[in-house]
Amino acid sequence: MSLQILKPGLLDTIQDEGRYGYSHLGINHSGAMDRVGLAIANYLVGNSAEEAVLEIHFPAPEIRLDTPVLLALAGANFSAEVDGVSLPLHTPVLLQAGVSIKFQKKLSGTRCYLAVGGGFVLEHWLGSCSTNLATGAGGWKGRALRAGDVLALRQNTFGAQLGSDEKMRCLPWSANVSDFYPANQPIRFCPGPEYAWLDAESKSNLEKTDWQITAQSNRMGYRLKGAGLQQQHTTELVSSAVTPGTIQLLPNGQPIILMTDSQTTGGYPRIGQVIQADLPQLAQLGAGQSFPLQAVSLDTAFAALQEQTQLLRRLQTGCTLKLSAMLSTQH
Amino acid sequence: MTYQIHPLGDQGLCISWGNTIDIQINHLALALAEHLQQLQLPGVLDLIPAYSSLGVLFDARRLLREFPHQQPYDYMCKRVELEIQKIVEVDFSKGRSVEIPVCYDPSLAPDLERIARQSKLDTTEIIHLHSSHTYRVYMLGFLPGFPYMGTVDDRLVTPRLASPRQSVPAGSVGIAGSQTGIYPLDAPGGWNLIGRTPLRLFDPNRAEPALLRPGDQVQFTPISLSTFQKNSAAP
Repeated sequence: MSLQILKPGLLDTIQDEGRYGYSHLGINHSGAMDRVGLAIANYLVGNSAEEAVLEIHFPAPEIRLDTPVLLALAGANFSAEVDGVSLPLHTPVLLQAGVSIKFQKKLSGTRCYLAVGGGFVLEHWLGSCSTNLATGAGGWKGRALRAGDVLALRQNTFGAQLGSDEKMRCLPWSANVSDFYPANQPIRFCPGPEYAWLDAESKSNLEKTDWQITAQSNRMGYRLKGAGLQQQHTTELVSSAVTPGTIQLLPNGQPIILMTDSQTTGGYPRIGQVIQADLPQLAQLGAGQSFPLQAVSLDTAFAALQEQTQLLRRLQTGCTLKLSAMLSTQH
Repeated sequence: MTYQIHPLGDQGLCISWGNTIDIQINHLALALAEHLQQLQLPGVLDLIPAYSSLGVLFDARRLLREFPHQQPYDYMCKRVELEIQKIVEVDFSKGRSVEIPVCYDPSLAPDLERIARQSKLDTTEIIHLHSSHTYRVYMLGFLPGFPYMGTVDDRLVTPRLASPRQSVPAGSVGIAGSQTGIYPLDAPGGWNLIGRTPLRLFDPNRAEPALLRPGDQVQFTPISLSTFQKNSAAP
């Protein structure tokens, strides 16, 4: 029961919800950049949200299955194909042993999540299966996937659903994800501990600028380009806690937004913190794209998180009901 | 001692006792971190002690579910402030003493000569000054297991390199300002390198992956190049 990497992509890693409780040792969270994409891919195949999945960037890998699986893709649309036939996004799909998955073209988004029903067989490191690239630990051998890697899958019985000459069958439902990734919305943030260090004009520029994501952006952080921001203080800051979503002001007057592989402490002013509900949307933006930032209150941040959590719960319930109905009628 | 609490958005909060490198304040931050760790408060994901602050990351989804009538940040603030009151006496004797062998051979210390020139001392005096002092591990950060230690003798104080090196080998011992640190992994970095230890500061396969903990007392012991090579972990 396995999945083989025929050709590796730009950066294919195993990720789950991340590794917590070790930040005091300098060990970062890792985990899926887009937690909503992670949850949706998992729910569609009947997994719980925290099951480890494959996070794929473009150029994407070529993958072969040596066993029948129930599979789902969520997040970025890289126009996936199974032996030349289009593999739809956000839809549970039964696939026969022996088929190959290719990704032809980057249509939208930056990170695609591939989940298999039952999940991968992996060892936990410090309570998580996420790949920690800095230490070379966790996930699959602590590194990005390479050609020839064979990832073991947990036992499943989905093969019984497929006819012997049936290569692929899309189940007759898909997730509506438009509420999770609203188009052309600003990325919302709450003012950070050193927000007051900005002068009045910079505070206003922070929200008036269309911030462009530069090419020096990755899973550790997004370096932004836009209006120069000025500090009123020139005091050196001693290092203190940061976390994914922290917006730091670099000495050159440009901000950086820390992402899930970021370090755990930093010495640059923390001018803001992107709200959790908007991190998935940000994770799906890539180099060259731009967005405005909008300051919101903590109450707004928690309300947005609550709403997103409820939408995900509803999606999970729907997926569970449909999957169990299908499995019971077919047997 | 006076403190301020700031939100880290909807993900956490940061308690700060000022913007300073001070042993007593650092001790307080570590004591509170340890106290909160032992309490195992529901919804706390991470405690990040630093020089003069403590970051508390929380699971807002869980707090919203378990305490639906309270705003998670307000709830966590109140909880933490209650516990700060209980930290009245801090035990200063708690840190472990750790000896770290360091080879100061020029082949492993690309910046030693320059620091000596700048401070008008010879390299043996620099080595003596660096290794005759006990340093406190104020915090771990920057890289997994990277100890921020201080403070070095005034004559060793050297600003970071204007242009960081693309790659610094694991085990490298460096100076940045009044701090000294050790690179646990090969990584880019701007600290002035004055030696290297054969010890592995971070090993994911150990039960405790980081060799040092915040609060530890570190003493460097000079070793020869042959001892370094003998004890160096296989590549």
